[in-house]
Amino acid sequence: MRLLVESLSARRGEDLIFHDISFVLATGEALVVTGPNGSGKSTLLRVLAGLLQAESGRVSLKDGPSGVEHPRELSHYLGHRNAMKRELTVAENLSFWRRFLGNSPGGSGIDLAAAAAAVGLAGIIHLPFGYLSAGQQRRMAMAKLLVAYRPIWILDEPTAALDAGADRLFAGLVAGHLERGGMVIAATHQSLGIGQAKTLQMTGFAH
Amino acid sequence: MIALFFRDLKLSVRAGGGAMIGVLFFMTVVSVIPFGVGPDLNLLARIGAAILWIGALLASLLGLDRLFQGEREDGSLDLMLMHETPLVLTVFVKCAAHWAATGLPLVVASPFLGLFMNMDELAIGATMLTLLAGTPAITFIGAVGAAVAVALPRGGLLVSILVLPLAIPVLIFGVSAVYAAIEDPAPFLPPFMILMAITLFFAVIGPVAAAAALRHSAD
Repeated sequence: MRLLVESLSARRGEDLIFHDISFVLATGEALVVTGPNGSGKSTLLRVLAGLLQAESGRVSLKDGPSGVEHPRELSHYLGHRNAMKRELTVAENLSFWRRFLGNSPGGSGIDLAAAAAAVGLAGIIHLPFGYLSAGQQRRMAMAKLLVAYRPIWILDEPTAALDAGADRLFAGLVAGHLERGGMVIAATHQSLGIGQAKTLQMTGFAH
Repeated sequence: MIALFFRDLKLSVRAGGGAMIGVLFFMTVVSVIPFGVGPDLNLLARIGAAILWIGALLASLLGLDRLFQGEREDGSLDLMLMHETPLVLTVFVKCAAHWAATGLPLVVASPFLGLFMNMDELAIGATMLTLLAGTPAITFIGAVGAAVAVALPRGGLLVSILVLPLAIPVLIFGVSAVYAAIEDPAPFLPPFMILMAITLFFAVIGPVAAAAALRHSAD
């Protein structure tokens, strides 16, 4: 399976945020998007996730499972916000997303306790999500990537609010996902600790 | 989808969920009317059905603005937009859960409040039946308003203003069906059928319009 991005450009309001971005990502490959604040990293990821309309160009899948119209259906998107409800317990949150998202063809998610253990927070999934610290909340949002299988992970600043240990742990998760034939597209300031990642440097436009 | 239904139900009964707020508001509105109108039992019985309907309408408008705003604030809406399930279906399920959490308690509470208004059994039964048939329409209409105002930080009042004119037909046919049931010459079925038609109509139109509004609210 390959993700093709062809001469993509996006606009927010009147301003062109980026212009003519193309890349190809095959299974087992990662793309790290870097660049200064406001250079359009998040916008690019939201276009890839199908949340924003591209001004021109297109995003498509080659050799993907049949019946998939847009790569977003095979993607996890972890944005700045964690998409977890503070009032519900971590277990309720995770099991909701597990059931709501379901698995993409070609894999299956791991169970809740194993996912919590994978992010180093085993044993606290009975707590309400709002009780956790910011770093723990972020880690639990990553556990969401594991409970339902999606081949493509689109991650926007995944390691914000995380300590160095969690950075390493997260690099391990990403490496594991790539090994199993996944794809990762991440916007980040820090290095993700992924060895053979492609990089895309966003420069933005001078105003 | 069932998971979504039960999650939304759970959320609305947890702290800050607002399922009880609507019922409490309904009780407040209806129970102050006798103090304002005075202890004229015949007058109260006559206006009772209308007061219950107005109270239920206002109470259902109360929590509508949170229908999608909570999802948007924590990023869940993004994942729902990306999912391969048609967004219309997701919106429909969210509306159903919202109605079960906020509309259904109003229907259940209405007989007790009917007693406050000195209504007889027939009037209470008819009010309950029309509320059961009519309040889902208010939720479906409200979903459109909630979706349009989802990106606005203080969209609550705007949602009510957007939704209220569209909800007026529901109120008119709901109340006229109750009066038709208690006053002999007028037939009950025609206004009640129209009420049900309105509900079915908005059950289709509402989620489609709300889904379109949500798609365009993405930033």
